[in-house]
Amino acid sequence: MTRRQRDLVYRTCWTIALLIAAIPFIFPFLWMVSAGFKSVTEIFGEPNLIPRVWRWQNFVDVFTHQPFARQYFNSLYIALSVTALTLVISSLAGYALARMRFAGAGLLMLFLVSALMVPEEVTIIPNFFLIKWMGLMDTHWPLILLPTFGPHGVMATFLMRQYFLALPKELEEAGKMDGLSRFGIWWRIALPMSRPALAAVAIITFLFSWNLFLEPLIFLSSLDMFTLPLALSNFTDTYGLPLWNLQLAATTLAVVPILIVYLIAQRQIMESFALSGVKG
Amino acid sequence: MRRKDAPWLTLKYREMLEAWLFLSPTLIGFIIFFLGPLVAIVYYSMTEWNLLTQQATFVGLKNFHNALLVNPDFWQVLRNSGIFALGLVPLNMALALTLALALSRPFFGVVFFRTVFFAPVVTSAIAWAIVWKFLLQGEAGIVNQMLATVGIDGPNWLREPNWAMAAVIVTRVIKMVGLNMILYIAALQAIPRDYEEAARLEGASRWQIFRMIIWPLLAPTTLIIMVITTIGSFKVFDHIYQMTGGGPENGTLVLAYYIYLQGFEYFDVGYASALAMIMFVIVMALTIVQVMLRRKEME
Repeated sequence: MTRRQRDLVYRTCWTIALLIAAIPFIFPFLWMVSAGFKSVTEIFGEPNLIPRVWRWQNFVDVFTHQPFARQYFNSLYIALSVTALTLVISSLAGYALARMRFAGAGLLMLFLVSALMVPEEVTIIPNFFLIKWMGLMDTHWPLILLPTFGPHGVMATFLMRQYFLALPKELEEAGKMDGLSRFGIWWRIALPMSRPALAAVAIITFLFSWNLFLEPLIFLSSLDMFTLPLALSNFTDTYGLPLWNLQLAATTLAVVPILIVYLIAQRQIMESFALSGVKG
Repeated sequence: MRRKDAPWLTLKYREMLEAWLFLSPTLIGFIIFFLGPLVAIVYYSMTEWNLLTQQATFVGLKNFHNALLVNPDFWQVLRNSGIFALGLVPLNMALALTLALALSRPFFGVVFFRTVFFAPVVTSAIAWAIVWKFLLQGEAGIVNQMLATVGIDGPNWLREPNWAMAAVIVTRVIKMVGLNMILYIAALQAIPRDYEEAARLEGASRWQIFRMIIWPLLAPTTLIIMVITTIGSFKVFDHIYQMTGGGPENGTLVLAYYIYLQGFEYFDVGYASALAMIMFVIVMALTIVQVMLRRKEME
């Protein structure tokens, strides 16, 4: 065999192995959509990926079983709020950590880094009492405040800091000469140059909030306030057993739009996570 | 332009003041919602505090004593968390590295494969757990029906403690492996091609190239991934909440879920806080040990 042939065999083997490995990554999504269109009896009959009868009624029932549209909207506006707030706060703090000199900077960095290692389960109990004391139970405030100021916000700050550090200083110095204030330099020069980092923070923050579960579970009690993951978890009958076809139809509605955006922007999204991981 | 600065406000102080202003939103929030609670949990853990009676009495280390010496649940929970981490971390990292090695260079279909392996990462853990719980049902489950076609009589995955643990670990790995894969791909792409070419010209095999050149250069990435994945494995909550609820027979009851149960289902705040402290110590200790081991290895 020549080297070329050997390489070809090698490549083919790898591709086949990868195709097999891909099965448990793809099939759950296919079965989710498929079962979402089936009746309960068909779900538990012979397994078939293409439904024999397409039951569109499931997707109507999803909205009558729970205020699903309202819950969808909750998730969306909370995720957008968390994203906007995190962008502003993390880019301000990240800029200060990257460009300004002040006493205590080293100690502060150490403090913030250690926050990255603390699971949110550790602080959730005192936060529960804090939120209760503030009178914010069963509101969306804790779902906006805790993710923004918790370890995720710190991670975003470090991501921004790292990006600002790599920017050339010359433009900012020119801005200073022209009489811009620190805030002006940040807003007019540094921020426009760091669009890729801002996009990365926006993407991971949106998904982080969108998929958040522990906080909604603890702070929310009325159906109208629920976010999507909590709502999905709640498609059960009076005995607490899952209503499979409705639950999977609802899950399809929650997951497919995210997947479509992901398929369109997969490169950008994967790069954003790579950036966050290098920092985390 | 008018200068507002008072003479005492020298340039150095001005910069310092500005820096703290820029940092203030982050710091205020951080102190209120993170640092404060972290201090509070130390006090909480030394009280007996029942949510229903709303009274806290100082009991010293009684909660820790209960957890470590009295309550038999605790050691089972810790064992479960340990098994979960020991199963998940090596499996996740080995699979991530294998996939990354296969997908770090462009070839036909590379984008397809990367997209597929990363897709579960952007999916919510609850959605993922719902679908897998559906697929892994006893006889009616699709996984078992598929196994039956090749003559394997699959177990009732989520109803037998050991199988349930295995199922939770494997589905979690599938969910999260894409993230580590991407980190490894980024690291692999940063290695200059010349190193490999030179080694190949010297007659090194693929395995030798990996063992002698690529693996040592990946060491910093491996450390980061190991720390992130280990912490992540102790944090896992939503996945288990949805898939098994800690069952069967507490077979998948891990620390994060146990804290939630004690604090928010049984309202035993003091005990739950002591558990949270223990979790904090474990995660910190594991992180420090891993970093130190690595540093030693690199010397």
